[in-house]
Amino acid sequence: MGGFAVVLNPFNLLLMLIGILLGVIIGVLPGLGGANGVAILLPLTFTMPPTSAIIMLSCIYWGALFGGAITSILFNIPGEPWSVATTFDGHPMAKQGRADEALTAAFTSSFVGALVAVILITFLAPLVAKFALKFGPPEFFAVQFLTFASFIGMGRGSPFKTLASMCLGFALASVGLDTVTGQLRMTFGTAELLTGFKFLTAVIGLFGIGEILASMESGLAFAGTQAKLNMKAVLQTWKKLPQYWATSLRSCLIGCWMGITPGGATPASFMSYGLAKRFSKRGDNFGKGEIEGVIAPETAAHAAGTSALLPMITLGIPGSPTAAVLLGGLLIWGLQPGPLLFIEQKDFVWGLIASMYLGNIAGLVIVLTCVPLFAAILRVPFSAIAPAIMVICAVGAYTINNAMFDVWMMGMFGIIGYVFNKLSYPLPPLVLALVLGDMAESSFRQSMLMSQGDLSIFWANGLVGTIFGLGMILLFWPVIQWVISKALTAKPA
Amino acid sequence: MMLKHLLAPRSLLLGAAVLAALAAAPVQAAWEPTRPVTLLIPAGTGGGADQMARFIDGIVKKHNLMKQNLIVVNKAGGAGAEGFLDIKSTPRDPHKIIITLSNLFTTPLATGTPFNWKDLTPVAMLALDQFVLWVNAEAPYKTAQDYLNAVKGGSDRQFKMGGTGSKQEDQIITVALERLTGGKKFTYVPFAGGGAVAVQLVGKHVDSTVNNPIEAVAQWRAGALRPLCLFDGKRSIYTAKVTSDMAWSDIPTCKESGVNVEYQMLRGIFAAGGITKDQTDFYVDLLTKVMQTPDWRTFMEQGAFNQTIMTGAEYRKWVEGAEKLHYDLMKEADFLAKTN
Amino acid sequence: MSEHENSSAGPRLVSNRTMDIVVALVLLAVAAVVIVDSLRLGAGWRPIEGPAAGYFPFYIGLLLTISSVVTLVRAFLDRAGGEKTFVTKPAFRLVLAVLVPLVVYIVVLGFIGIYVASAIYIALFMWYFGKYPILRGATIGVAVSVALFLMFEVWFLVPLPKGPFEEFLGY
Repeated sequence: MGGFAVVLNPFNLLLMLIGILLGVIIGVLPGLGGANGVAILLPLTFTMPPTSAIIMLSCIYWGALFGGAITSILFNIPGEPWSVATTFDGHPMAKQGRADEALTAAFTSSFVGALVAVILITFLAPLVAKFALKFGPPEFFAVQFLTFASFIGMGRGSPFKTLASMCLGFALASVGLDTVTGQLRMTFGTAELLTGFKFLTAVIGLFGIGEILASMESGLAFAGTQAKLNMKAVLQTWKKLPQYWATSLRSCLIGCWMGITPGGATPASFMSYGLAKRFSKRGDNFGKGEIEGVIAPETAAHAAGTSALLPMITLGIPGSPTAAVLLGGLLIWGLQPGPLLFIEQKDFVWGLIASMYLGNIAGLVIVLTCVPLFAAILRVPFSAIAPAIMVICAVGAYTINNAMFDVWMMGMFGIIGYVFNKLSYPLPPLVLALVLGDMAESSFRQSMLMSQGDLSIFWANGLVGTIFGLGMILLFWPVIQWVISKALTAKPA
Repeated sequence: MMLKHLLAPRSLLLGAAVLAALAAAPVQAAWEPTRPVTLLIPAGTGGGADQMARFIDGIVKKHNLMKQNLIVVNKAGGAGAEGFLDIKSTPRDPHKIIITLSNLFTTPLATGTPFNWKDLTPVAMLALDQFVLWVNAEAPYKTAQDYLNAVKGGSDRQFKMGGTGSKQEDQIITVALERLTGGKKFTYVPFAGGGAVAVQLVGKHVDSTVNNPIEAVAQWRAGALRPLCLFDGKRSIYTAKVTSDMAWSDIPTCKESGVNVEYQMLRGIFAAGGITKDQTDFYVDLLTKVMQTPDWRTFMEQGAFNQTIMTGAEYRKWVEGAEKLHYDLMKEADFLAKTN
Repeated sequence: MSEHENSSAGPRLVSNRTMDIVVALVLLAVAAVVIVDSLRLGAGWRPIEGPAAGYFPFYIGLLLTISSVVTLVRAFLDRAGGEKTFVTKPAFRLVLAVLVPLVVYIVVLGFIGIYVASAIYIALFMWYFGKYPILRGATIGVAVSVALFLMFEVWFLVPLPKGPFEEFLGY
């Protein structure tokens, strides 16, 4: 392949390195998203040849994907939306002194997920693009339903509290401008509520601030964060990983599929986590520091984040905000994303694909070498690190909309997180409802407009019917499981 | 790149003439920004306004047109209301400018947000964005008239029109088209972004769209979409071939095809209200320099923009007219916010 | 995540049962707001359009009401829950000691900018909780602020809230 020859020159390799380092910083700070980084650096890349520029930008994209996991695991603060599910088990692991193990697992799974997605792009791009075209509003709604069905029913404790938490999430998601009718909902004439409640504000407050309040109460310490500071942990973790091949494979498939359709990396990570919990033998242990609970969301998020570039290249529709800004970049360089890019700009496309392979490998090497360094952060005394975390949370909340209002909301969500945790209202359903609520409602109502209010649109063709069927099976999985086990125990007797 | 040498000489000359006229105007800016200038985008990342704003940012940096940095910030909430309220909240701040699209008029009218363009200082119109009526290339309709006849002959709401947002430009055009369909309505399906709308049309989930050229051009070139007509008074000036047999200028105007609907969207720059003449002049000068670069001309051609450039009183007058037009259109379509 | 046992012993401030009741009442209030606004928007199923703008929020509000009422009733009936401690007095004092400065920090950063406010916040937090010398806290506070400033304002060009001090420096 000529692509590798394009990439493998010293200048481009240097750009890859810089790109990944910048990306990791962007991923670590909740205030900077991949889209920020790419948008801001885009103008700087005009002086380079487009291929070099896109290599650097895609490496930033990689770095950001890797970096998101770091703060999730260490401090329970998701640096990026798609690393929320990583906090569920990653942070408990860090609290048990297994931060290095969790980080290694996260980085390695990210690598695997991304690699599979790149291979998919390399060999199946045109075919996959056709598949993406089949997705209209009913199909989108079916996918969102499936995500929800695969995640729900996972809480311990009161089902009514789970329901309340979920409803609160949906209610918050509906605040702001309704995209279908253009009406304002629950804004009560305030300018601040126009934008609605942003997923990241809620998450930074609920998880990040909530965690600090809880730690404060239990005596100023992240419990048991004595991390080992050598590379041995990396190798030891690697020995464990192969036994989770089934989870990895499933998560790769989910991720690729969600990236292409484009459902997005965040729903992909939730769906993958939910399914891993369902199918794992140690499912009950999820949420208490199970390594599989890190592997599943990270693999899927990366596979989705990577395959999201595919609809961008082949169709000109971005699968993520970062991809959207990259799309702007392509246009500025005079490259027109779309079905013809593969034919007219071969050099560029193969350069991009080759840079995806190499950037991914380089990224993995860089972040793995830094594992002991990241883990060492936990050795800083709580009273020194806690205020810095608070400041970073505040910065993160502010930058989402450049609004003070979001900083206030972050504080409020912090209190909600603290109280909900203590009363065992589960937080994941709230967060999932907040991220999916708006999208699911829009696609449902778009479908209804198209079918003029006829619900049969949701089983009108094989594709939407199949996804819905899967969703139904998952929703009623506990019942099905029960029936099957009854049947099995009945027969031998 | 590829499109650069496709640039038609005629359009180059025309563009150059307009710009030369502008450059000749006495714009000796006595004022200069003393800190970074914020460029607000009242729309999300990846859309048309976003692309243009980031492109301007790129040109300013590439050609070193300003000593201070330009900081691009998206404030898309509430169909752009967030961005407009932000710049309204800091009158006389010369370090803040905003790029506008039709939501400058539609958002306050449709949502009742307390905002009007008169709260701002008009700086310059950069271009007018075109709208084209698109159908899937496999659809049997060859002209706009064919398509509207089919709508007329079909059952009410049988045909689905995809568009961006609700009660905004795409839906306004849709309502205008409905005047010509003998009482038959479209089913208007709102989506979040223009790129997504074009792909929904390629996937045949909707029957037609009124995408901006730049949003649909890639699919057109790939032979997936067919343009029926351009919602402008005269044809596009870009004569270079975009597909194997058609140029932008080969798309008939809607009026030519017997569909008397015209609509174009403002792509302009406003500054905070109450800034001084010197300050306004600085931005006029800056944008003039941006529009003189070859990069800008390539961008204009790619998106088949109508290169109408206005500043000062002329621009103000145009905006006044456009506001009136939007009010009338939206009143007719019953899109105005209900004020209890 | 939900199993934070209180390590700090001490007299109880409030029981789990009381808090359950308070939270359920708050959620009921939220549900009421949601339902009222949904009715204003129209919560029906329109013939050709499908659900109106308030359709989903209305039912979400309804579900929230039902689940909160159940939790409320359970809490009232559950005598044993009254035994469990939500938070002890000393623990609550610690939580407040973080929460109040956080609120002050958020209020203040709107006026004097995020950089100055953060430096002061970090310095005081380290001095008060970590018993660090105030000078050491101040050094770290200033270092964090400068790092943030370089990262956001200078390199990534993301504007954060600024106050008179930054204005003085020409930003």
